[in-house]
Amino acid sequence: MKLPAVEYEAPETVAEAVDLLAEHEDEASVLAGGQSLIPLLALRLARPATLIDINGLHELSGVSASNGWVAVGAMTREYVAEDSTVIADTVPLLAAALPLIGHEAIRNRGTIGGSLAHADPSAELPAVALALDAELVVRSRSGERVIPAASWFEGFLATTRGADELLVEVRFPRAALGTGVSFTEVARRHGDFAIVGLAASVTLSDGAISDARLAFCGVSDVPVRAAEAEDLLVGEGPSASLFEEAARLATADLDPPADLHGSSEYRKQVAATLVRRGLHAAVGNADERR
Amino acid sequence: MDITLRVNGATRTGSAEPRKTLADFLREDLDLTGTHLGCEHGVCGACTVLVDGRAVRSCLMLAVQAAGSEVTTIEGLARDGEMSTVQQAMWDSHSFQCGFCTPGFVMQATAFLSAHPDADEQQIREALSGNICRCTGYQSIIDGVLLAAERNRQG
Repeated sequence: MKLPAVEYEAPETVAEAVDLLAEHEDEASVLAGGQSLIPLLALRLARPATLIDINGLHELSGVSASNGWVAVGAMTREYVAEDSTVIADTVPLLAAALPLIGHEAIRNRGTIGGSLAHADPSAELPAVALALDAELVVRSRSGERVIPAASWFEGFLATTRGADELLVEVRFPRAALGTGVSFTEVARRHGDFAIVGLAASVTLSDGAISDARLAFCGVSDVPVRAAEAEDLLVGEGPSASLFEEAARLATADLDPPADLHGSSEYRKQVAATLVRRGLHAAVGNADERR
Repeated sequence: MDITLRVNGATRTGSAEPRKTLADFLREDLDLTGTHLGCEHGVCGACTVLVDGRAVRSCLMLAVQAAGSEVTTIEGLARDGEMSTVQQAMWDSHSFQCGFCTPGFVMQATAFLSAHPDADEQQIREALSGNICRCTGYQSIIDGVLLAAERNRQG
């Protein structure tokens, strides 16, 4: 369908954008890459009175590394992040997830901040941000606030961002030495929404797992961290039986939604399989990264 | 709002409401109806055009956002009446039946092959996986793009 009539603002600075948000609050939607918001408008699932288009805010694009963190500007397009050697070298889990987002034409417009602010529970980046304990930086007239990913995702397409706040940057911790990663997902077709996906990161030191991170997409109305399974893994040497037990623990409390792509039981079974596969894959490339 | 942009090498100007998509602006205001609209919410890929050399879905971009950009549509591929390599190879391979999805496939394949001249069949399948065709079963489309890649490599 055609888009509904909507007012349009195109601020040229973050300060202007924040002023516009303060003025319009809930009546406005922030337009980043538009690859989710424009379909929502076309389908009348979102009816903002005003679009605040932040594509002109060039200060919000770019990737920089410092002090153990990699800062990604919210308007950094997914293809730019995909091509970034800094991200490939220092945040390998993010690098593994990026090619799985939508299709090439989607990644050419879609942005890192847009995906995290949209917070689709079956999207890849929310699971990555949760698994890595990323930090989301929001700005309003009253200043900046840093929100840990663990308290960012509130519900289906809902975050704890205030209506007057603009997501300006996402900070990912640099992967430790000996870290292996994988992003595994099951989808009907490459590029489709994942039925279930898993972000996995495992750090090995002296043959034992010193850090483990697992986060699912597609199993709830928010991305889900598998903390009990992570605790089980830490301190142990990787083995098939350990991964089997981790898969059981990670999925024991899941109650995934059912839809035409799969029943709740099917999703739960896929989730357990992805834990085993994801851990094997992550451990398998752990030695490659110094 | 007034919009000035480059389309297929020529400067074009027009005026559009903010809610008008680039696809509708190309079709209705610039009479470039080669860009097709299938689903109008970013799923089918029929409306794919190049913006500053990169494939984008013109139904998921506002016309006002394309101001100052260089847009290439299916009408911009032929040179002096000669079809582009991708167009000719898809023609030779019978890569279309009803033709509705064809402009999107041609634009997506054009962008992909220019960035990945050595792409193999699997990579081409992945690159085209965001475009939907309801007639061909895709095999003839893949054949056409593989042929184009081969012809590009042979110069």
